[in-house]
Amino acid sequence: MKRPLTIILVLVLYCCSQTVPASAQELVTDLTDHLVQITTAFHGANVVLFGTAPGGGDIIVTVRGPNRDVVVRRKHRIAGIWLNDRGVTLTGVPGYYAVFTSRPLEQLVSPSLQTLEGIGLETLSMAAIDATDGDDVAADHAALIRDFEHRGLYIEKSGVVKFLGGKLFRATVTFPADTPVGVYTIESFLIRDGVVIASDSTPFAVEKAGLPAEIYDFSRDHGLAYGILAVCAAAMTGWISTLLFRRV
Amino acid sequence: MMDIYLPIAAVTENVFVLFGLGLSVGVVSGLFGVGGGFLLTPFLIFIGVPQAVAVASTANQLVGASLSGVISYWRRGSVDFQMAAVLSAGGLVGSVVGVAFFALLRRLGQIDLVISLSYVVLLGTLGSLMLVESIGSVARTRQSTPRPRLHQHAWIRALPGKMRFRRSKLYLSPVLPLGIGFAVGVLSAVLGIGGGFLLVPAMIYILGMPASIVPGTSLAQNMVVAISVTILQSWTMHTVDGVLVLILLLGGVVGVHYGSRYGARIRGDYLRILLALVILTVGAKLLFDLTLTPHSMFSVVEREP
Repeated sequence: MKRPLTIILVLVLYCCSQTVPASAQELVTDLTDHLVQITTAFHGANVVLFGTAPGGGDIIVTVRGPNRDVVVRRKHRIAGIWLNDRGVTLTGVPGYYAVFTSRPLEQLVSPSLQTLEGIGLETLSMAAIDATDGDDVAADHAALIRDFEHRGLYIEKSGVVKFLGGKLFRATVTFPADTPVGVYTIESFLIRDGVVIASDSTPFAVEKAGLPAEIYDFSRDHGLAYGILAVCAAAMTGWISTLLFRRV
Repeated sequence: MMDIYLPIAAVTENVFVLFGLGLSVGVVSGLFGVGGGFLLTPFLIFIGVPQAVAVASTANQLVGASLSGVISYWRRGSVDFQMAAVLSAGGLVGSVVGVAFFALLRRLGQIDLVISLSYVVLLGTLGSLMLVESIGSVARTRQSTPRPRLHQHAWIRALPGKMRFRRSKLYLSPVLPLGIGFAVGVLSAVLGIGGGFLLVPAMIYILGMPASIVPGTSLAQNMVVAISVTILQSWTMHTVDGVLVLILLLGGVVGVHYGSRYGARIRGDYLRILLALVILTVGAKLLFDLTLTPHSMFSVVEREP
């Protein structure tokens, strides 16, 4: 039931984004694909964002995926074996977050502006909902960002927004194979002299599609029926094999 | 090429690797008459399937893999259905307790560790026993001295409510097989194994069942418990990957067929030494992975909704 809603939402957002007042035409962006589908042989995806900035300047693109709750556990070594501790749950964590810029971020905008607009991995705020006094939440936060960067879910790259002939620009947004499912927001900022001149957002969504999506949804929504079906399918395979091999 | 995205495990694997894994474990099952779950789960973990999904999916795979065995033993009349029912009743309760324990460990973030550690203990013990036993039997001059059947211990006779098991020619309290079934059920739920390697010796040496009906009866109990574990895991944990199971089974049924065909022809002792070494290697690799300094000092996982 969730997926058709996602598509409708993306389409509605898309229509809204097309009716920008003329005064905001300093910056116009679009994507090659507004919907990425996770199908049977999904290895991740690349989506090209392109746009024009007639007046020139620098471009920052931020991509933010759906929020999730993440448990960060510290590893301790006991008798030579690594164990997890109780852990801290961080909430409001974007499952995917990327910043692409035409030049290094720190040369473009001040830290205060970064915080204001939510640009950069440093500005990600996530709350610990079950931390006790002894927990070093800042370290957990940093560990989460490192882990997600390692998995390709958090990206901060400069020089990847490329201008083609001064006005037209493009950037390739990469999504790893385990990128979260849901609605993303892609925002582009036009920067001149450390100031945001214009911004534009374009909608984007990732969804599971085809058989894997059907199976996943079914397993989540009807776990009991899924289990019974899994037993029947395995039993059928076993039974058919006895029939086949008896004749050989 | 030929990669497939596994919808529940949420990883992409090569179809031929999965098929080959099912085939190899099937050949081992056929050759030695073992379930093979204790090898399948660790290998699934090695290729990147999450521990919890590996365990639950192996239980599902066992349903299909044991069915053909149960059918063939049943045709030969070597299943004690009364005993299987009592053992299964214990096993069903055990699987409920085991899955609840599994859920608790998962919430605490310790399930992966417990699965790996249990496998280290299990494979280490099983492999060592097999190695010692098979080296001993190679060294011994071939003489068939039938093992003496153990007489029933006094405490077994003291258990309440005796029941007659006609097929097994036994008259004993159902409390004992219920308890044994329960223990196997818990293990099956937490580790995704059939538990035949525990159940078979228990049936012979503790219950004193005739050896001819032990394998079929054990397999019947394993299948009932595997069905229960599959359904409970799917229902509460959503960890059974049906696509993974079907590919493993397709390889598995072919493997079992050829494995059991050749198992009858070749001398088993050297082969058993080989299997013991494989089991010990797998256990050692799991232990090694546990002691390896992790690349990150933190474990970061998405919280279950």
